[in-house]
Amino acid sequence: MEPTKYAALIPGLIRSACIGVHRRLPLFGGAGSARNRLAASVAGACLLHAALSTAAEPQRKIPPSALRSGITFASADVRALQADDFENPGMLWVERGAKRWNDAGGAAKSCRDCHGDAVARMKGVATRYPAFDAASGRVLTLDARINACRTRHQSLDPLPLESDDLLALSAYVAKQSRGMPVEVTIDERTMPSFERARALYYRRIGQFNLSCAHCHEANWGKRIYAETVSQGHGNGYPAYRLEWQAFGSLERRLRACYSGVRAEMPDYGSAELAELQLFLSWRGRGLPVEAPGVRR
Amino acid sequence: MTARIQVPREVQRGAVFEVRIAIQHPMETGFRYDLMGKPIPKNVINTLVCRYGGAEAFRAELGSGIAANPYLQFYTVAEASGDLEFSWVDDAGERGSERVTVNVVE
Repeated sequence: MEPTKYAALIPGLIRSACIGVHRRLPLFGGAGSARNRLAASVAGACLLHAALSTAAEPQRKIPPSALRSGITFASADVRALQADDFENPGMLWVERGAKRWNDAGGAAKSCRDCHGDAVARMKGVATRYPAFDAASGRVLTLDARINACRTRHQSLDPLPLESDDLLALSAYVAKQSRGMPVEVTIDERTMPSFERARALYYRRIGQFNLSCAHCHEANWGKRIYAETVSQGHGNGYPAYRLEWQAFGSLERRLRACYSGVRAEMPDYGSAELAELQLFLSWRGRGLPVEAPGVRR
Repeated sequence: MTARIQVPREVQRGAVFEVRIAIQHPMETGFRYDLMGKPIPKNVINTLVCRYGGAEAFRAELGSGIAANPYLQFYTVAEASGDLEFSWVDDAGERGSERVTVNVVE
């Protein structure tokens, strides 16, 4: 990875390294002692170490060589359903999205009038979402970005989140990136969101007192009753889920995880869910976009 | 209701070919209850008919046991170029239709 991209990460890591040193300071005893000078040099060494070791990128707990898409944990019939572009039920939403793309729906302009042919012009777009949106000053998912387009450029009401029409549009856009690696941008603008989501990922929540990492980093590949625990990547979404008998976004799937650990579910469209998706995309960076995926 | 139909681009006269159709539909079973405890009325596509060149080639009667967004597949014999016309109706009375042209070559 190019060092410039992660240069912005270094201050944050240095800060956390320094917090660690400051907390240890009292252990070094009285004022003006040689121990304080030792502490200072330890802090300096930490800074240097942090700068050197993270010039490349922050460490991912699952290394790129061990990343596995959710579909690899699925049974052969589910894999076959996803692989067949006709049988894959998600393709119904893609088809519906293609119609919506060309249809202005009461507005002066359709998606196509600004963006052109989606097959060419939307290629690779979904790999970059969630992304920072300068106008609203927050991280937006692809669905939220489509709704922002509707209100800003089409003077239409936003489509209800999880509605078939919005899912169809995001499925259609995401499908144009199929096979391309997920590649979100972590820079100074997305860093605060990224850090909040990372903290959330490792925080215990709910009555079961579990963090995301307890299942998806410490125990992936093992079973919870009949289910194999996946690594928890979002590269297949929006996806058709057999359990739902419907097409849904990654937000819906994440809410199901909150419910699974008996925690309070954040609302659809909340900043928390968008930021969490940003962190998940970074965590699974390099996996191919599979939308429309099929999951159990 | 979005529907997709798939047939081969062209078929030899007299050959058996595969027809596939997928329809977006919730196929509500009638056995479920909403969050208020009220039963959700049954609403499934109960009949689907396919006409090939005007004559009925395939008919299916579907029920509660069919999953949402039903997918059907059948085979028929290529007699002459013409349209495959699908039409279906659900318990709520909503009708859908979709057609595709079959090109038969010698």
